[in-house]
Amino acid sequence: MKLKRFKNGGVHPDPMKLTAGKPIVGAPCPRKVTLFLSQHIGAPAKCIVKVGEKVEEGQMVAEAGGFVSAPVHTPIAGVVKKIDLVRDSQGLWKEAILIEEEPSEEPKKSQTLGFDQKNPLRSDDQIEKLSGKEIVDIIAEAGIVGLGGAAFPTRVKLTLPPGKKADVFLINGAECEPYLTCDDALMRAYPGEIVRGIRYLMKASGTSKAMIGIEANKPEAIEALEMVTMSSPDIEVVPLRTAYPQGGEKQLIQALTGRAVPAGGLPIDAGVIVDNVATAFAVYRAVKFGEPLVKRVATVTGVDVKDAGNFIVAVGTDMNSVLELAGGIPEETGKIISGGPMMGRAVSQPDAPLMKANGGFVLMPKTDTARGEVAPCVRCCKCVDACPMNLQPYLLQILAEYELPDDAKENGVLNCMECGCCSFICPSNRPIVDFIKLSKLQLRKKG
Amino acid sequence: MSEKLTISLSPHIHNGMSTRRIMWMVIASLVPALLVALWTFGIPALIITFICVGACLLTEWIITQFVMKRPITIFDGSAIITGILLAFNLPSILPWWMAVIGSVMAIGIGKMSFGGLGCNIWNPALVGRVFLLISFPAAMTTWPAGVGAGAEMIATTGASAAPLEALDGTSGATMLAMLKSHGPEALDPDYVGMMIGNMNGSLGEVGSFAILAGLLFLLCMRIVTWHIPVAVLGSAAFFSWVFGGNPILDLFAGGLILGACYMATDYVTSPMSKKGQLIFGIMIGFITIIIRRFGSYPEGVSFAILLMNSFTPLINRYCRPLPFGEKERRAMEKRKKAEEKLLTENK
Amino acid sequence: MIYVFLSLGIVGVIGLIAALLLYLAAKKFKVEEDPRIAEVEALLPGANCGGCGLSGCAAFARACCTATSLDDLNCTGLGDKEMAEIARIVGLAEGTRVRKIAVIRCNAACETRKLVNHFDGIKSCALEHSYYQGESACNFGCLGLGDCVVACPFGAMTFSESDLYPTVDADKCTGCGKCREACPRLLPTMRELHPGKQLVYVNCSNRNKGPLAMKECDVSCIGCGLCKKKCPSEAITLESFLATIHGDKCISCLECVSVCPRKSIIAEENPAPLP
Repeated sequence: MKLKRFKNGGVHPDPMKLTAGKPIVGAPCPRKVTLFLSQHIGAPAKCIVKVGEKVEEGQMVAEAGGFVSAPVHTPIAGVVKKIDLVRDSQGLWKEAILIEEEPSEEPKKSQTLGFDQKNPLRSDDQIEKLSGKEIVDIIAEAGIVGLGGAAFPTRVKLTLPPGKKADVFLINGAECEPYLTCDDALMRAYPGEIVRGIRYLMKASGTSKAMIGIEANKPEAIEALEMVTMSSPDIEVVPLRTAYPQGGEKQLIQALTGRAVPAGGLPIDAGVIVDNVATAFAVYRAVKFGEPLVKRVATVTGVDVKDAGNFIVAVGTDMNSVLELAGGIPEETGKIISGGPMMGRAVSQPDAPLMKANGGFVLMPKTDTARGEVAPCVRCCKCVDACPMNLQPYLLQILAEYELPDDAKENGVLNCMECGCCSFICPSNRPIVDFIKLSKLQLRKKG
Repeated sequence: MSEKLTISLSPHIHNGMSTRRIMWMVIASLVPALLVALWTFGIPALIITFICVGACLLTEWIITQFVMKRPITIFDGSAIITGILLAFNLPSILPWWMAVIGSVMAIGIGKMSFGGLGCNIWNPALVGRVFLLISFPAAMTTWPAGVGAGAEMIATTGASAAPLEALDGTSGATMLAMLKSHGPEALDPDYVGMMIGNMNGSLGEVGSFAILAGLLFLLCMRIVTWHIPVAVLGSAAFFSWVFGGNPILDLFAGGLILGACYMATDYVTSPMSKKGQLIFGIMIGFITIIIRRFGSYPEGVSFAILLMNSFTPLINRYCRPLPFGEKERRAMEKRKKAEEKLLTENK
Repeated sequence: MIYVFLSLGIVGVIGLIAALLLYLAAKKFKVEEDPRIAEVEALLPGANCGGCGLSGCAAFARACCTATSLDDLNCTGLGDKEMAEIARIVGLAEGTRVRKIAVIRCNAACETRKLVNHFDGIKSCALEHSYYQGESACNFGCLGLGDCVVACPFGAMTFSESDLYPTVDADKCTGCGKCREACPRLLPTMRELHPGKQLVYVNCSNRNKGPLAMKECDVSCIGCGLCKKKCPSEAITLESFLATIHGDKCISCLECVSVCPRKSIIAEENPAPLP
């Protein structure tokens, strides 16, 4: 059977899934956490606690600062020490709440995903009785954002704009980025829970059908999910061909449904809603156990990393302590990437606190970090062939270099999602994506 | 972690292919054709190739070193390719100084005057060849006939060697020239000999199968795509048939295969989009046949390619790929407008 | 022979007709323009820097010729002699003008700022600033990729490769403000030059609290306020842990320069006025 995939371009980076099949391990509970108010796309959350105030585990410490926003909760019980500017992993100053546990002699507990010990907040019957609107409210209250990387508040996705209708709910389990395996690990370990999360999402959005797209290089995950969806015809598990960027929102929609999202539009314009498997899992925990989004699964990996693996981490934990779980930062590390190597960001502050969207850290050895020598563009058109958005990256690069943002806009620079296929494949090592990002900055500056 | 972390924007990995490696692969793919030329024309073929490559490298080195004052670029392999391809376009008995002039023209005028690799408008090797063809028409159309070991071998084994010698003595005309001057009736082409390299012509014209093997290698390594070669050869065969010619003769008897596989597919001077590449290829085939049938030159591949090289920026402009989702966006806007119109009409 | 003359004649006639057409077109489409505009424009530097607040040199010339007073019209790229010439052309009194110069409010040469990471990418301050903190520990200081140098229309900025830091050539700088526009951290600041006074400014833009600022750089302003206390003319203000000296009130007594514990206040002799 020919597997489905997106139509235009794409590249095939070495998958390097070093941590595939590794179990999910709980990290020790942190003694103190630093919670950024802006962990998502949209307006920053508004702080609702005062310095010196005692907070309970899972208590909301900042409420949503608008419609496109999400509240922030604390993963530990303790006292609010400070509300101050803190450097994030890129070294930019952001407002954050610092919470410290009250000193105690108790040994540090290992992190768990909560529902193993806790009693469910709502029984299945109660959930059955919830309306779609109520589920959306629960999701909004729990501060759930898209955990695939963009951290778009899930509540906004589920609130359909007037006149729009979604008929299919797509679940992104493609995980096309090399190295990362956190979604894979989740799908293997908690297929049943994910599917129930998907059911809640379907109810919340009023869709009657769901499709889970998983790249074919994760056969165990596909099998696990197929097992639990065998008796439900409305949820379909679709194996996809392994190609980057299969997990890109628009690419996934095209691969699964054959529809194309209008340029500049949202998935809802094509009648679909897309969410990550990790998000569906978080939704399950929020609806069933009333657990806010304070923990997630993150991958720490790299060729030299001693104990690379998938870990349950609390939002706001010091990043260094997470890297410590995998055996610390190897001596020869030249670059730490937050996210996957194709779209992730390099980290300049390894002691910055974790955010909701941090799904993984890749530690690159020094030998792999330097970019190759830049040669002249020979117009081999490999970038044009590889571009999943059907753009002409070589041209956009030149237009950015010569500061012609209007021409770049005419050539569709705003359609670019910066997936990195062009820079990845360019035999002249040209920093095409850098220039495209610059072009967007030029456009924004012009207004 | 002992030193400073490196920060760069995504992507943080690369597939490892470099321009230099691509160039050397192209050079490797040209080796079989060079061997066929050696087999057919003997040592002179090798000498002229070395002269061209050497002159191209020297010209580029002098220009980068003393005129442009830039880092030396001769090791990227592109000058070597230009040299080999220029040699493939020359008769093996061309005086050595003519080959040098051609190389200087190819690199100096065809490539470096535009700013070096990636900036030229026309294929440098063809600029050199056409310059020589116009400046020294006699020398450029005097072809040696069967001097190489291959030709001798075929002669001794009884195969009909060099069928054209009978007509033109020792320095034979190419089959296309014969076609032009004597008409199709005068020819009794030996197709098999023609395809394995036993015919008159320039170095690269003779080894059609070796060139095609090279192309196959490049296709497998994903260095070129099929679009341009197939479009050129297909359209040439089609128009040859339309104008009452012999498609097989038109494909194999001249430099069309060399042009389609190595000259037209030149990265720098060919269009970027697949649609553009098809248009580019089809037009090259068409113009080639037009020149061969109705022009005064027996051979038209180089002119056709140079002509279409000039059109490449225009083709790029008009064959822009439509961004993903752009069609849907337009459809949506149209729908919106229609709805608004309906609303205002109802009011 | 006849053909030679015939062809000469034909070409000549075609030429004449074309000339006539051109003449008629020029006549018909001629736009009446104040001749003084061209005269004024010839005096201007032609860099179209926009330092005068208008869209370019032509716009400035037009404004000069229609204005009733030259007080608000000041080309930063012109010396006093040329401005006097313009005033003569348009027949107005010379306006009052203050020469401005760009100072870069960051003192981060390589030995004083701590480079904490290494950036591998295209040379663009704007890009680096929008994606992360920059190579040094300081989030407010110079990024050292030279966007301002590229933006300067007068070639007044040079980039020191060893210090990764731009310097302003006071003789060439016109204070047009293009560098400030280009700088994502707004480090170049336009300062007025007053005859007889020195150019005194705080050579730092760090708005972090004292201890942090102290850690990030050896010559940062930590907002201690000593200079403000010492200043006899109340020319120094303190805002979000950063002192700023206001040139109009400064009497260049240089008290602040001597009192600053961080050596981040700089006093420079006024450069000569533009020729």
